[in-house]
Amino acid sequence: MLRFIFTRLSLVVPTFIGITLLVFVLIRLIPGDPIETMAGERGIDALRHEQLRKEYGFDQPVLVQYGLYLSRLVHGDFGRSIVTHEPVISEFGTLFPATIELSVCAILFALCLGLPAGIIAAVRRNSIFDHGVMGVSLTGYSMPIFWWGLLLILLFSVQLGWTPVSGRIAVQYFIEPVTGFLLIDALLAGDFGAFRSALSHLVLPMIVLGTVPLAVIARMTRSAMLEVLGEDYIRTARAKGLPYFRVIAIHALRNALIPVVTVIGLQVGVLFTGAILTETIFSWPGVGKWLIEGINRRDYPVLQGGTLLIGAIIMIVNLLVDVAYGLINPRIRYTR
Amino acid sequence: MSAEVLKTPIVSQPGAPPHPLSQFWSDFKANFGAVAGLVVIVVLILLALFADVVAPHSPIVTNNAVFLKPPFWQQGGSTAYPLGTDAIGRDILSRLIYGARLSLLIGIAVVTLSVVTGTVLGLIAGFFRGVIEIVIMRLMDITLTLPSLLLAIVIVAILGPGLMNAMLAVAIVLLPHYVRIARAAVISEVSKDYVVAAKVAGAGRLRLMFKEVLPNCTAPLIVQATLGISTAILDAAALGFLGLGAQPPLPEWGTMLADAREFVLRAWWVVTLPGLAILVTVLAFNLLGDGLRDALDPKLKR
Repeated sequence: MLRFIFTRLSLVVPTFIGITLLVFVLIRLIPGDPIETMAGERGIDALRHEQLRKEYGFDQPVLVQYGLYLSRLVHGDFGRSIVTHEPVISEFGTLFPATIELSVCAILFALCLGLPAGIIAAVRRNSIFDHGVMGVSLTGYSMPIFWWGLLLILLFSVQLGWTPVSGRIAVQYFIEPVTGFLLIDALLAGDFGAFRSALSHLVLPMIVLGTVPLAVIARMTRSAMLEVLGEDYIRTARAKGLPYFRVIAIHALRNALIPVVTVIGLQVGVLFTGAILTETIFSWPGVGKWLIEGINRRDYPVLQGGTLLIGAIIMIVNLLVDVAYGLINPRIRYTR
Repeated sequence: MSAEVLKTPIVSQPGAPPHPLSQFWSDFKANFGAVAGLVVIVVLILLALFADVVAPHSPIVTNNAVFLKPPFWQQGGSTAYPLGTDAIGRDILSRLIYGARLSLLIGIAVVTLSVVTGTVLGLIAGFFRGVIEIVIMRLMDITLTLPSLLLAIVIVAILGPGLMNAMLAVAIVLLPHYVRIARAAVISEVSKDYVVAAKVAGAGRLRLMFKEVLPNCTAPLIVQATLGISTAILDAAALGFLGLGAQPPLPEWGTMLADAREFVLRAWWVVTLPGLAILVTVLAFNLLGDGLRDALDPKLKR
């Protein structure tokens, strides 16, 4: 098992270094002088320009610059935002819980609907329900979620007035951040009004962000279940007189879940793509919205640091999924 | 009774095996969704080709007499603007029709660029192995690690917003899929007898790559390309929506949505219709791709 973890790690480290190189090169490709860009439209005098060039190491050869950049990264310095002058990593840290809260709820939403839908579709293969689930999930998979969000706002916020249009919580509530997850913090503070407010703000973004994973999970569960249901041990379980429900829920589902879990792990990147759009539509104060604002303000350190941090987090999650998968399924350890 | 017994063997008499293409067509035809997808795509292509004839108005000329006119079935609407007008008096239907031209162009151009580059890189990685392969595949891994939209955004941020740059960014994001498919296919094909025979017969490396091996890896590439068109359209529209793709007044569907966002409260049609167009188009390509996969992949045949 240790050897398995080490081989996986040995693949991750070069990929991460590759990402740093990629981000470094891409940002260097931006036309124009970086100091001028940082100074913005006000311009900068020649003396200060030279000072800043020295300070940021732009007078050094490119390779040295990359080395300096790496050593700063190792020390946890991801640069400072040009607009707010805050360290990128601390801005990321305050906004990231909002993104996690939204993403976790979206995945839970997708699981709660997608797993049962996929299971029933597989058990009742070729029924109307099966065709319905497959049709709906392909539609969900094809959904431009930025439009889906606008539609839901139009229906539930504007027409019916059930949910707020944007934000994370109504302005009259102030919850001291403990965990950074508003739902948990509100409960910890015992403020149920705030909890309800946070929940009602969360519902629509959660549905929007959960739509694509929901479609993927339903399709994946169905095909995994269909494969497992054809196995001999299922027939054996049925033949020895176990109730049908038990065979499906215990014998079949357990094995069918393995590919589904992997797919969920692989959805992290997809989820983040969705988070960028969802947060923009709902003004959700998370990392995705922050990155889009960073681009619109030409705040390149934010873009650079943010991309790198997100890449690192996705790689760590993928690694954990791989390792967990190796733990559940020993065959994986030896075939690679 | 006896007549029935006699009939059966005549009906099921084995004939000559059907031609592969007709076999493919009969498999494809049986899939209702795939045929529906194909029909929608054909209609869209016709609309795009004949946009100048079909569209009742110009997609970019504004008319300050008709701001935010609703569709014809609603009060205040008129059949002159069947699907209503936007905030500066442009006909929505005409913009959607011209938008089909843009979206199909985006899908096809992006996927062509991506498939050609990806196939060549994949063939090179599969044939040459060693350091070249490692460099190419590591690069693809890095591209795959970052969320697709984030990478596209970073690329557009560097190149500057605009339709061309957005297309290039999406093409780069899609690249790894084709490289991986092509490389995997090459590696499984190279050791087969027909390749060895061609090698013995003195075929050069380029001939082996493009004339012997490539035709035998086309099926998965075609399927992935069809599905790629839907991803390309969706991602380009998302970039347009974020203001990083096609710029106004281009009638790109995502850009139209971005323009319409502030009128969501007053005019449902400016928001609903462009998104519906994206959904229908993407769904059609996904249905077609799924149908092609089922028809082309003999492993899935029942």
